[in-house]
Amino acid sequence: MNIMAALPVALTALRVNALRSFLAILGVIIGVAAVIATVSLAQGAADAVEESIASLGANALNIRAGSNQRGPRRGGAGSGEPFSSDDVDALRTQLPIVVAASGTLQSNVTAVVDGVNWPTQILGAHPDYVEVRDWVIADGRLFTPQENQRSARVALLGQTVVDELFPSGGAIGSSIRLQNQPFEVIGILGERGQGSFGQDQDDIVLAPIATVRDRVTGFRRAGVRDPVQTVWIEIASGEDMTNAVAEVEDFLRIRRGIEPGAEDNFSVRNFAEFIRAFNETENILGLMLAAAGLITLFVGGIGIMNVMLVSVTERTREIGLRLAIGARRSDIRNQFLIESVVLCSVGGAIGLALGVGVSLSAERLGPLVGANDLAVSVDPAIALIAIGASAAVGVLFGFYPALQASRLDPIEALRHE
Amino acid sequence: MSTPLIRARNLTRVYQLGGGDVHALAGVDVDIEKGEYVAVMGASGSGKSTFMNLLGALDRPSSGSLVVDGSSLGERTPDQLAAFRNQSVGFVFQQFNLLARTTALDNVSLPLIYRGWSASKRKKRAEACLEMVGLADRMDHHPSQLSGGQQQRVAIARALAGEPSILLADEPTGALDSQTSTDVMGIIDQLNESDITIILVTHEEDVGAHAKRRLLFRDGLIVEDQR
Ligand SMILES: Nc1ncnc2c1ncn2[C@@H]1O[C@H](COP(=O)(O)OP(=O)(O)OP(=O)(O)O)[C@@H](O)[C@H]1O
Ligand SMILES: [Mg+2]
Repeated sequence: MNIMAALPVALTALRVNALRSFLAILGVIIGVAAVIATVSLAQGAADAVEESIASLGANALNIRAGSNQRGPRRGGAGSGEPFSSDDVDALRTQLPIVVAASGTLQSNVTAVVDGVNWPTQILGAHPDYVEVRDWVIADGRLFTPQENQRSARVALLGQTVVDELFPSGGAIGSSIRLQNQPFEVIGILGERGQGSFGQDQDDIVLAPIATVRDRVTGFRRAGVRDPVQTVWIEIASGEDMTNAVAEVEDFLRIRRGIEPGAEDNFSVRNFAEFIRAFNETENILGLMLAAAGLITLFVGGIGIMNVMLVSVTERTREIGLRLAIGARRSDIRNQFLIESVVLCSVGGAIGLALGVGVSLSAERLGPLVGANDLAVSVDPAIALIAIGASAAVGVLFGFYPALQASRLDPIEALRHE
Repeated sequence: MSTPLIRARNLTRVYQLGGGDVHALAGVDVDIEKGEYVAVMGASGSGKSTFMNLLGALDRPSSGSLVVDGSSLGERTPDQLAAFRNQSVGFVFQQFNLLARTTALDNVSLPLIYRGWSASKRKKRAEACLEMVGLADRMDHHPSQLSGGQQQRVAIARALAGEPSILLADEPTGALDSQTSTDVMGIIDQLNESDITIILVTHEEDVGAHAKRRLLFRDGLIVEDQR
């Protein structure tokens, strides 16, 4: 008996006992739905993590002065001494693995255009900054090293600032007052949306770091020429980031004259690693939920086995008759196996639909109940695996009942009431 | 003389029960030629059904030999026996044994599924068989929508679907009233005329009278063989 002949038989048998069939596959439905939903949510979360990592800039490292140590401060004199623009230049020019480097100075500032005030942040940076952080200039241009050198009053505006101060356009070339000084708007930054903590990343003004130091913050430290708050560097692609961190640390220890064995008075951070590690726990939780779903799927298999055994008993006479008119034992076995696989696959398909539905509505409804940023990503491969796994459950748990059916004695089966 | 279609020699079937062995067949010797019309008769429990089940390869003898179509059933593999049941014999049961919720047509084409025939080929053959038993207008009916006599005719059509050389009928009229019995026996008589070997079990003298040969069973043995 081939599959084409067995399939209608299986479908008829399942349809005749529709309610019972449905109850039997409930476990499979719930198992598959749970796996799909958890995996989709975990995948969505992982995608979000990758996205926020990408928004940091690929291969970007952040360097800050101050001890990396937690707990009691042990740093001696000079610890916490800020880095300078010279350090930034040295990193860029002397370390081959560094392809771009920028210092930053950040401060609150009020931007004013035609009497309209907008409190925002000003970020002073070297021209390399946009490269390190993979920022995009949507319109206009970046400032030049020369403009930085002479503390030129030029600025690039984030989209939010543009929307607030230039609602009718025409930002580029206009004048804007920052800290009561006129700046020329030379560019508009590409939109970046919400950050990992929900902050508006487009509410920012970017200006040359020397300009910000000299004209806005007045950031000074005794003994440090052109100090910066933090340093961002980009490591050449293909470099191992852990090695790169070590190399940068060694370079800076020598430059800052730290004795071997003494504590660093600065820290080099790979934020991408940071975010990944932070989300690791979330991934483990997702994996455990998916495992629970898989277990449900297998428990669902027991339901399938049960209903198949009942079905074999109920249809004993039918099996006897089929044997009497020439069915081989393998035909009977296959008939019940196909029935079980069809049953489970239907369960898998319903579970898949349910799981996708749950995932999508979680994405839709999440923000309403306060869960922020619930991203969902349904992988087609997972869908195929889910159906395949249900079919496998059908074979696994349908095999014993099918074997029972195929081993019936035809005469006794025909006499069965 | 050529070998007969069926040759049983010292055929026994013993059931082992707690209280001792039951010799359902105690050593049957019989030859049945192709095209014969045989009635198997005898008291209840005399071994008639046991004999039929051995002939139809639904059961295996405890000892003795049973040669059908030139080769011993005992030497065939389970799959060969399945093919034998599918192609060489057709079974008709007292209780019809039709599949409920399945049309007459699908019931009749059931044996052909196990030959791997295509659906259209099965349908054609099943239609022809139903016509043969006078049910051309009942093809799409389910068993519950048919009378007892009609159901047994469907069962006969199913037995014929595989074009068997032997029709085995165990009390085919046992569940029917006398009028429908006559109809069903008419069909079986016709089949014998078209050269199908008929072996039927019955309790009823007038049904047995249709056959040209009568085997009388008693306590697992053939005690009379009338032609
Ligand atoms: N599965 C079995 N286990 C034990 N004994 C059996 C079994 N099947 C049949 N028998 C016994 O074998 C003997 C012959 O049974 P069989 O069914 O062949 O009788 P029969 O001639 O067909 O009777 P009936 O006319 O009532 O159908 C009986 O004594 C019966 O009790
Ligand atoms: Mg009997």
